[in-house]
Amino acid sequence: MDREVLLKIEGLRIEGRSGDGWTEIVKGIDLTLHRGEVLGLIGESGAGKSTVGLAAMGFARDGCRITGGTIAFDGTDLRQIPEPARRALRGKRIAYVAQSAAASFNPAHRLIDQYCEAPVVHGVMDRARAETDAIELYTRMQLPGPGDIGFRYPHQVSGGQLQRAMTAMAMACRPDLIIFDEPTTALDVTTQIEVLAAIRDIVRQFNTAAIYITHDLAVVAQAADRIKVLLRGQEVEEADTRAMLDAPREAYTKSLWAVRSFARPEQPPATGTPVLSVQGVTAAYGKTRVLDDVSFDIHAGRTVAVVGESGSGKSTTARVITGLLPPVSGKVVFQGAPLPPALKSRSRDQLRQVQMIYQMADTALNPKLRLRELIGRPAQMYLGLQGRALETRIRDLLDLIELDPDTYIDRLPGELSGGQKQRIGIARALAAEPQLIICDEVTSALDQIVQEGILKLLTRLQGEFGLAYMFITHDLATVRAIADEVVVMQRGRVIEQGPKAAMFTPPHEPYTELLLSSVPEMDPDWLTRLLDRRAAGH
Amino acid sequence: MDGLTQTRSGPRRTATGGRTPWEDIVLSNVLRIILVRVALGIGLLFIVSLVIFWATELLPGDLATQLLGQSATPETVAALRDQLGLNDPAPVRYWMWLSGAVTGDFGVSMANGRPIAEMIGARLGNTVFLALYAAALSVPISLVLGILAALWRNSVFDRMANAGALTAISFPEFFVAYILVLWLAQTGLFPSMVRINPTTDLGDRLYMTFLPALTLTLVVTAHMMRMTRAAIINLMASPYIEMARLKGLSPLRIVLRHALPNALAPIINVIALNLAYLITGVVVVEVVFVYPGLGQLMVDAVSNRDIAVVQAVALIFAAAYVSLNLIADVLSTITNPRLMHQR
Repeated sequence: MDREVLLKIEGLRIEGRSGDGWTEIVKGIDLTLHRGEVLGLIGESGAGKSTVGLAAMGFARDGCRITGGTIAFDGTDLRQIPEPARRALRGKRIAYVAQSAAASFNPAHRLIDQYCEAPVVHGVMDRARAETDAIELYTRMQLPGPGDIGFRYPHQVSGGQLQRAMTAMAMACRPDLIIFDEPTTALDVTTQIEVLAAIRDIVRQFNTAAIYITHDLAVVAQAADRIKVLLRGQEVEEADTRAMLDAPREAYTKSLWAVRSFARPEQPPATGTPVLSVQGVTAAYGKTRVLDDVSFDIHAGRTVAVVGESGSGKSTTARVITGLLPPVSGKVVFQGAPLPPALKSRSRDQLRQVQMIYQMADTALNPKLRLRELIGRPAQMYLGLQGRALETRIRDLLDLIELDPDTYIDRLPGELSGGQKQRIGIARALAAEPQLIICDEVTSALDQIVQEGILKLLTRLQGEFGLAYMFITHDLATVRAIADEVVVMQRGRVIEQGPKAAMFTPPHEPYTELLLSSVPEMDPDWLTRLLDRRAAGH
Repeated sequence: MDGLTQTRSGPRRTATGGRTPWEDIVLSNVLRIILVRVALGIGLLFIVSLVIFWATELLPGDLATQLLGQSATPETVAALRDQLGLNDPAPVRYWMWLSGAVTGDFGVSMANGRPIAEMIGARLGNTVFLALYAAALSVPISLVLGILAALWRNSVFDRMANAGALTAISFPEFFVAYILVLWLAQTGLFPSMVRINPTTDLGDRLYMTFLPALTLTLVVTAHMMRMTRAAIINLMASPYIEMARLKGLSPLRIVLRHALPNALAPIINVIALNLAYLITGVVVVEVVFVYPGLGQLMVDAVSNRDIAVVQAVALIFAAAYVSLNLIADVLSTITNPRLMHQR
């Protein structure tokens, strides 16, 4: 490639504060980016992807410091120039698109005010021109009502639209380089495609160079010219996207590629009385109807995956089953006997039978309690275990989730990794010895390798205890890995349900087809082909 | 762009600046919130009035005996009790009192027979004047200091501002007051006693009341400054602040434009609490500077067992607290786009 080098990072070292001292989190990274080129930066969390991305702007988060190397942007070492000079580059020549647009837009200002800020402050254009320009970019990003959407506040706009508005905002000064930090990770599969396509197109239109940070290989394959794999602050390998996908050289890269090969063996169709039967449930928040005549069964030892995008009523169904939201009509039948609709009229034993594991293990565990108490409390409350029996039970549970009791029993949640916290969530649910566990997006916040470990654990526990799982997810790869039956939901209704094999074999309902086709594949041409096909279909 | 105007929907700015139906909805929404709060405030004041009445009932001693002295005959005491209405049952007296109070008629002083409204009137004006004076000094000072301390956090300035504010709040008010008298009054710069009457002009008033206002400023600034600082710093780790930094904005702009608007609710509430304190909690300062305010009146009334005056002043204090907090609530709502602009 003989194009002009835009960014050249050499020997980058970054330290992060840990306790009293500093730990190196980026250990000598080299990176070269040409004008108009898109580099994918992938790795699991803690690999240092975002830290490297921010360093490309000469920026280190609070608690981090750049300790070595050069960051040459268009010939200028960002480490050698004073802060005001770096500030003059940021937003103007190097822009940033954050993972969660919902959190990264200031809730106090309208979108267009935030758009106009950088161009006006950097003296690129005046306010009136910036507004006109914003509307043009909103149009290019295919935002609905581009003339108006800027005059809304962030909370009035959906997540996918915010992410596009943020990409437009990053484009405001027509920068030479944009850092995309997991821009589609927080989105539904169907929304992800739209945002991904919009990002790819606008970067091409303006010939902007980009660093695209993600942990999702299939996503990066659609957007990047080259891919660099990071592991614990070090480079594993770098290659052109096609070469990397076809023939990863390093073992670690191969393991990333292979992670989704996990699949539970097929089970014969279940018979007999289902553990749980949701029968014609209709539910509403106030006057807004959120569930409409939802019915499905879950049998012992089986996993029913409930899929759909956000707002489709998956989690609301869980709230009805657990009694948090009494339905307007319909009933929830547990082992042949109807459960009282409201939580407070259920007996302790009925409560014990249905347990939940949550998406954000971080917030679902009380940070002030030690694992002994977190896991022990349900065993004490539901089963009346005390003293030595309780201690033995807690230790058994820790063994079950593959954490060494002697090491972990007195730890606080803050001293665990994300995957370990989710294991504690599982142990806490198991402690009640339930028949049914509702898993609400339990793997969505985790890296792929960690996800696989959790899925394997859940599968093993199901085999040992004959547990029934209701698995709420928007990730079809997870469904493919562990479900026996699938329930597809959209706008509070069940669109389609049946055994997994049937669901993944055509013909599909149109919505199921849309969901299935939206799952990115490890093929750089997948997005282009899909969009062409959809354009032809409409 | 003509094609786009066809697809416009939802909120928009009209070229004429006229109000869209959507903005009407927002306004009616805010109006509803305000009306509910006002109703709650009135209900609260009603309960407070009950508590005040009940509490003054508990005060020991008998006003009639107090007024007539130990040597009075039981007949004269009984006659006076009758005349003062002390023999009526409590609910009747409460009703008489409350119905008068809502029309501004607090009855007559039991001690000297003057109308209470008249006794309170001038003093209430003085108290409000002093409170506003102190607020006009302390609110801008604490906001500026708080914002600068947040901007330069952990710097020498931040530490000095914090230490100074904490020192000022740690000393008792009378101590601060006497120190100021020592420094600023003994040297002849400002008067140590406030001699004002309704005819004093504004300039003289501001000059005369400078020391009490400064004392109060020193007492309340720390609280407001530290809340401003904490509320802003609390937000500095937010993703949208990081976004602002990555847009290349200056630190001052980030604090003023990105952090402060989101920190307003707690700051407004602390300011309201301190303003309420400036109206109701200034007895000591009034005594030190011989300032003719409500606090002194209340203290005198308690020692004279002039229950009617105590009740009236207590009710005014309660009303000040409730209405200031009400204003704070409404302002917090108005400054929060998530409440102002529904989805």
